[in-house]
Amino acid sequence: MLVVCVLCVECAPSRGPLHHLSLAPRSESPLTSASAPVPLAPAAEPLPARTFLPRHRHPGENRAAFWLYPTMNAVPGARSRRALDSDGNPHVITTSGLTKVYRSRGREVTALDGVDLHVREGEVYGVIGQSGAGKSSLIRCVNLLERPTSGTVTVAGQDLTALAGRGPRAGKELRRARSRIGMVFQHFNLLSSRTVRDNVELPLEILGLSGKERSRRALELLDLVGLADKAGAYPAQLSGGQKQRVGIARSLAGDPKVLLSDEATSALDPDTTRSILQLLRDLNRTLGLTVLLITHEMDVVKSICDSAALMEKGRIVESGTVGELLATPGSELAAALFPVGGDASGPDRTVIDVTFQGEAATQPVISQLSRTYNIDISILGAALDTVGGLQVGRMRIELPGRYEDNVVPIGFLREQGLQIDVAGPKASLVKDGAK
Amino acid sequence: MTWSEMQPLLSQACWDTLYMVGWSTVIAVVAGLPLGLLLVLTDRGGLLQNVVANKLLGQVVNVARSMPFIILMVALMSFTRWVTGNTIGREAAIVPLAIGAIPFFARLVETAVREVDGGLVEAVQSMGGNTWTVVRKVLVPESLPSLISNTTTTIVTLIGYSAMAGTVGAGGLGDIAIRYGYQRFDTQLMWITVAILAVVISVIQFIGDFAARSLHRRGGGRSGPAPRLRLLKDRKQKTADVSKAA
Repeated sequence: MLVVCVLCVECAPSRGPLHHLSLAPRSESPLTSASAPVPLAPAAEPLPARTFLPRHRHPGENRAAFWLYPTMNAVPGARSRRALDSDGNPHVITTSGLTKVYRSRGREVTALDGVDLHVREGEVYGVIGQSGAGKSSLIRCVNLLERPTSGTVTVAGQDLTALAGRGPRAGKELRRARSRIGMVFQHFNLLSSRTVRDNVELPLEILGLSGKERSRRALELLDLVGLADKAGAYPAQLSGGQKQRVGIARSLAGDPKVLLSDEATSALDPDTTRSILQLLRDLNRTLGLTVLLITHEMDVVKSICDSAALMEKGRIVESGTVGELLATPGSELAAALFPVGGDASGPDRTVIDVTFQGEAATQPVISQLSRTYNIDISILGAALDTVGGLQVGRMRIELPGRYEDNVVPIGFLREQGLQIDVAGPKASLVKDGAK
Repeated sequence: MTWSEMQPLLSQACWDTLYMVGWSTVIAVVAGLPLGLLLVLTDRGGLLQNVVANKLLGQVVNVARSMPFIILMVALMSFTRWVTGNTIGREAAIVPLAIGAIPFFARLVETAVREVDGGLVEAVQSMGGNTWTVVRKVLVPESLPSLISNTTTTIVTLIGYSAMAGTVGAGGLGDIAIRYGYQRFDTQLMWITVAILAVVISVIQFIGDFAARSLHRRGGGRSGPAPRLRLLKDRKQKTADVSKAA
């Protein structure tokens, strides 16, 4: 995990305003700690060599430094490796022009309105939106639990909509394709009449494996999710997090390339949510599993997604990798993903949000600003990331004096190619005044 | 009538009742289970959605259920003769008993299967399971505790019906109670019959409840008092809360 130092303006000139300080060890995942026999990579995977400065401390660092979301930056090499893996067709899940219209009693409800989704191989892709935005319909259309009204769905190079045919029932081909797409549910959907192990064996029964093979594989999978000791328990005897682990083990039984997660953590408490997300992340890394998840919690996207899409009223409003989103001015998702908190410390202060993207981020602009205009700058908050060698992020800084006094410094920042938003309650007043 | 006279009469009647009820239960379950499943599966939004078939099945079940058993028995006589070659006796009584119980059990199955969480069906579909897999691995096993309770209810109902089977010379406990107790004013024998019936029904109910509960406890985990009792408790608690608040 990366720590971004935002306080040390004095040492910024040489490195730019944003310099990453350390690679803190990732918290030990429940996956690696619980499963000894199954060889798993995450702990063993060497962290890539980084060019950042060694860790140094500043007073108040803990308050100002931002613990960035592990996924965005932990393995920078991974992203380019994935891009190379793509072989011309980098997308594992592609939907194009996906439309779903529900008809009931003559009323039509459009749940999906021409959704184009592209999920790259090996990434964790989050679709976020409010209830009723169509996320659920979208994910259920991906494995055709829900028949799209029009449009196509391609998973791992297979056009599922073509396999589905006309009839309402799933044919053999589609069922075989489904068995290679794992799915995890919000309410776990475990059979209460079966033990944990038998639940995991269920997809294997459907695949037609022999009894011996099934139980061997089921125990292996339970080991993978750290529940080997609960094999004989019934779902009712497990906690929510444990149930979801069983659900995940079950979804992996068919050796899928793709895992669909339908609000998998929405029924769990924050701690359990974290551990389940960590598990998904680990599986994504170690098995090369592509994960498409839908959620209404920004935290989920923050903590594990490589890419994200925002859905509103059946459409995808914004989408892209986390870096791309941030680099897009006015992106709602980016604003939610990189929230910069902090209010003005006094009435005669100007708070501005600086968005760094591309070349501008390599310049030590904050200290330049400080020296050029001889003003003291306080950093209220920042969320920064390095994606593909480019630094992107947001920083909220406070300048002494009212907006009127700071027009020139703000102009200077804009000249540097930075995106500047005047924040705080004054912003609206200022804008009104300008009009 | 002395006990030595009554005893062979009663044991024969007991045996007749159990024989008729036993076989008709087996037939009702074997035929009613798929019928109940079909009622769910063909319904709107079901896996085998077929509105016409669903309406048709529903109507057949309704008509069969609305028929008083004694009339059904008489109405089915020619069918009974075709099946068993006879219209009187134990075997002949099994036919109308079974046919009367099939729609009854089917409706109970329907209710039980509808209770199964649709998410489970979806989960199995997402694993690549077909409709048959869903029925075999989800619908039946998940509703098994309810199905067992429903079977118990069906058996008890069939014991009631079997009393009327005496009218076609099928014997049984109900027949004894009518012929000896009512028509011959042998009150003592009648009460003995009633007592035996009560014991038989209690035993069957106990076994059924025990089986259903042990399955339920294993799976669903929601052991404890029956919902009705819980409701009473809740209400008591609520009133207690209210009085506290007051």
